[in-house]
Order: sequence, then C-alpha cells, then structure tokens
Amino acid sequence: MAEERDHEEDPSDQIELNTGTSDEELLYEVPMSESRGQKVLHPTRDQYLETITKLSEDGFKVCIDVTAVDYLENPERDIPRSISPERFEVVINLLSHKKKERVRMRIQIPETDPVIPSIFDLYPGSEALEREVFDLFGIEFEGHPDLTRILMPENWNGHPLRKDYDVGGIPVQFKNAPGAG
Amino acid sequence: MTLGAYRSNSKMLQELGEVDFMTQNEAALENTAAERVFRRGEDAAILRMSESEIHAYEPLDDRRMVVNMGPQHPSTHGVLRLSLEMEGETVIRSKPIIGYLHTGMEKTGEQLSYLQGATNVTRMDYSSPLFSELAFSLATEKLLEIEVPERAIWIRMLMCELNRISSHLLFQATNGMDIGAVGAMIYGWREREEVLRLLEKITGLRMNHNYIRPGGVAADLPDGWRDDTLRILSNLPERLDDFDGLFTGQPIWHERLQGVGVINSEECLALGVTGPLLRSTGYAWDLRKDMPYLHYDQVEFDVLVGTYGDCFDRFAIRLNEIRESIRIVHQILENIPDGDYRLQDKKITPPPRTRIDESMEALIHHFKIFTEGFKVPAGEVYVAVESPRGELGCYIVSDGGPKPYRMHIRGPSFTNLQVLPHMLQNALVADAIAVISTVDPIMGEVDR
Repeated sequence: MAEERDHEEDPSDQIELNTGTSDEELLYEVPMSESRGQKVLHPTRDQYLETITKLSEDGFKVCIDVTAVDYLENPERDIPRSISPERFEVVINLLSHKKKERVRMRIQIPETDPVIPSIFDLYPGSEALEREVFDLFGIEFEGHPDLTRILMPENWNGHPLRKDYDVGGIPVQFKNAPGAG
Repeated sequence: MTLGAYRSNSKMLQELGEVDFMTQNEAALENTAAERVFRRGEDAAILRMSESEIHAYEPLDDRRMVVNMGPQHPSTHGVLRLSLEMEGETVIRSKPIIGYLHTGMEKTGEQLSYLQGATNVTRMDYSSPLFSELAFSLATEKLLEIEVPERAIWIRMLMCELNRISSHLLFQATNGMDIGAVGAMIYGWREREEVLRLLEKITGLRMNHNYIRPGGVAADLPDGWRDDTLRILSNLPERLDDFDGLFTGQPIWHERLQGVGVINSEECLALGVTGPLLRSTGYAWDLRKDMPYLHYDQVEFDVLVGTYGDCFDRFAIRLNEIRESIRIVHQILENIPDGDYRLQDKKITPPPRTRIDESMEALIHHFKIFTEGFKVPAGEVYVAVESPRGELGCYIVSDGGPKPYRMHIRGPSFTNLQVLPHMLQNALVADAIAVISTVDPIMGEVDR
C-alpha cells in the first residue's frame, strides 16, 4: 500500500523538479510548465496582452475558456520559480484548430488589486466568460464593454466562488433549538 | 430544396470525410468577416446594459421599445430571458439575461469528494448528463494518472452515443414544437423515451445517471442490453426517415428555417462557438475526430457540416448526427470486449459488494472511500469532450486532498448563447423563436 502511494506522488515531484532546477523553459517568451502533459504558460499581468496577441497570431484562434481560481487556502502550487504566487489566478484556455493543440495560461492576480486587461478585442467570445469571473470572483477586466453580473442577481453582495465566501449561509430552522444536535 | 436534393447534398457532405478538413475549413473561412461581433458601440447587436438600466431605458427613437421575453416562456427552453430592443417587429439589439437556474454547482463541487462529484455535474446539462460525467471523470483520471479498463472505455462510448441520440431527439421534439409543428414533439419524445428506457435499464435512472465515475462506470451492462440496443438501432432509422418526411422536404419548414439566424465560421471562431453551430457554417471541427478521446479513433464516422450556417443547417446536422451515432453504436457493439467495467484499485473504486461480507480489508476500503473519499495528487488539468452541444470541458485543480480544490465546467451552451444577439439583429421577433430553438441551449448548463 505504501508503495502505491509513493507512485502516485512521484509525478508531481518531477514536475516541480523540471520547473525548479534546470533553466526555466520559455515559450512565447514567458515561463512554461507542464501539468500532466498539458502546456501551461505563466505570463505576468503586464505580459499577458502581449503574449495572448502572439498566441492568437500563431494560430490559437479560439478562446475556449476563461475562469479563475482563488488560492486563499492553498498557497502552495506548481508554478515556475520566477513567478510569485498571488491569491487569485485567472486561467485562460486557448485552442488552435490548425495545430490541434491546446494551451493554458495562468496569470497571478494580487488580492489588493484584482484587475486584469480584457481580451474582448481579440476574442469577443470572452465577453460572457469574463463577466462570469467578475461576478463570481470579483476580478475586474479592464476595457470590458459590459462588466456586469451575469449569474448572480445584480444587487448581490460578495463573490460566491471566493474561498472566504461562506457555504450554506441560509439560516436553517430549529438548528439551535434546545436538544437538537 | 426537395427531399431528394437534400439527401444527395447530405450524402455529398458525408463523403467530405475523406478529404482534408483543413482545406475545407479554410474555404469556409474565405470571404467571411467577423467585424460585427467586435463592435462595442450603439451599433453592436448586444444591448449592453445591466438589468436595472434596461428597466429604466427609454430609447430616444420613438419607434423603438424594449420588450421582455421570458424567463417563463415555452420557447425559451427553461428559464432564458431576453431583453429585446425592437423597432416594430424587428429586433435591433438584444441581451440574454441568465442566472435564473444558478445554484452554485461549481461551489458545491468543492464540497463533494471526487466520487460524489459525478452526481453533481450530471445535473448541469440535464439532457446529455453522461457527457458532463465523462468530462469530470476523465479529468480526475488524468490527475490520478490512471488508465481505465478497455471494456469501461467502450461502455462509456456506448452510453455517450446513446445519450447523443436521445439529446438530439429531444432537440427534434422541442424544435418542432417551437416552430409550430406540435406533432414533432410527440414523435421526438416517443423515440427519446425508447432510448431513455435503455439508459434506465443500464444505469437505473432516466436522467442524471451518475453512471460514469472516476475509474470506470458504476455497474456492468445488464443482461439483454445488446438485444435492447439492437432493437433501438433497427427501429430508429425508419423513424428518422419519418422526421425527414415531416420536416426536411417540407416547404413551410423551409420558409421558417432557411436563411434565418445566419452566422459564419469566422464569427463562430471569434465567439468561441463549438458543436453543431460551428459545423453548420461549413467548418468541420469535432473533438471526436480531431482530438480523439476514449476510442473514437477506432470507429468510423463522418463529421457532418452545413453550408449556409442557418437554422435549417443546424436542424439537419442534428438530425443526421443521430444517423452517425447509430453507425458508431453498431461498431461499438462489434468491438466491445469482455473484462472489467471499472478499475479494480482499492484506493479509487469501492470493492465489489460481496467482498465486503468476506474481507475486513474490503470493508475498510469501502468505508474509507465513502466517508473520506480518495486522495488525488496535486495539480490542475483541463479535459474536453464533444457533447451534443459542443465542447464540454472540465477544469480541476487538486490540492492533494479528497475533494477538488476548484472544479469548473466549461459548458458549451454558455458560450454558444453569445451568438444569439448577433443572429437576432435585424431579424423578426417570430424568427427569434426559431433561432433560440436551433441554438439549443440547456439552461442547467448555462447557469450551473
């Protein structure tokens, strides 16, 4: 049993070694890592627009997905050494039909200034996806044509997918009644 | 276009399977422009205002007014709401307002173990639930770096193709009803029910099966599954011909659908649109063919493409994709091997029920899996499958614990919905119904 467990943990160790010891691999002039064989780029917020423009010129014509992750409770993660981890991460998935390839970008966004440029002018399909991230994570997209809430009601307080947002905030009747639980 | 002409046309399209798709795709992209989807100002198709702004909005032009459609409207497929800025009967700008079905399923996904996760995602796209289960399971397996047994892979393909058939039949039913051919609803529903009955026999549930799970599938195929499948496969082609007779060659159907809601390949790519919508523009892209998963590289089928990118092409593609799925299921029946239906790894899949009575260890593993769940090594992956509506992706971040740290589903309906305002611009409000219907959004997946 112990052996099995070791096996399972092996690959993630290797990935850390790859990105940590040798000179960092660069792709489109930004640090690159591999996650289970999938290519991941790590541009900084300032490099982001430049990198994504290069990618779109290089055949990555479809923006499949824009989402985010809140690393509040999980600060440890597998990113190249030169990238300093922040609380939020915006994750962009691009697809190239010509190369039949996917590439993912993870951009670190600090908690104090959760702003990132919008990619509407390159991929208008990101409009709804960016609105979703804004709605559920509170990350603002600069230059977005219509940054409004999309899934939650307009007058909602807070951003539900943040890790410090409570689950089950709706009061349950009789929960604190004498004799219960 | 007569029935015969359409048939030969679709035959021709099928033979395109032999030629290089990329040349054909480049041809589809030629002379098309996507300028209109990049617009930001007043001339954009989208009414870019918040709900309260729309409520207070009074157009300067007297002839214009804002009309609300939905969320409670039979043609809005659940709870889609549209705000339409109209001039007479013509739609000028519009905005889909969504979120009425939002129940925070991605947040829920963070509270559930990987074993429970499939129960959650299966409720997203309720008309093709097995695909969300598949994407979720594939992503989990990629994180675990495990391979499922051959038989499990073929069972998954079988189930998915049957589900694709039932989902496209549901589309035929609702699409017919939306356009006013109420009879279609009965026919589509009847055939779909046949398929659902088989899915129920295999999984125990008509919908929300929770059948495809990390490590394989929940149970082996029951006795008599092959005969039941063959019965459906032999009955269905005739019934599909009935659909052809009812719709494909019918002048009223042509009037309502042809040339309505036109969109081109370039616009689809810019908007991130996938699935039958993209293929209807003549652009051949199907993940099963182009980036194969499971064993789709071992079966023969054709990617169907349209020519005009209108509502009729989208209808015809879905109808004929049922025929392709039947072809695939026939090949699955030939190729499905014997063996295990799930990985027998005590750490990931629960032990067989009988073992629990005999073995203390099996009982412990069973207990561990159902209380704590299995741990998944830290990392993040994105896995995509071709659902009946387009690319359905699952992005999972694991922190090494028994629950996903973050679970995100990229629903095709959510992205596809963005084409609505562009298709509706300068269209009649009566056509809006046809357009919404052929985009075929499933609101459970849009709102999650």
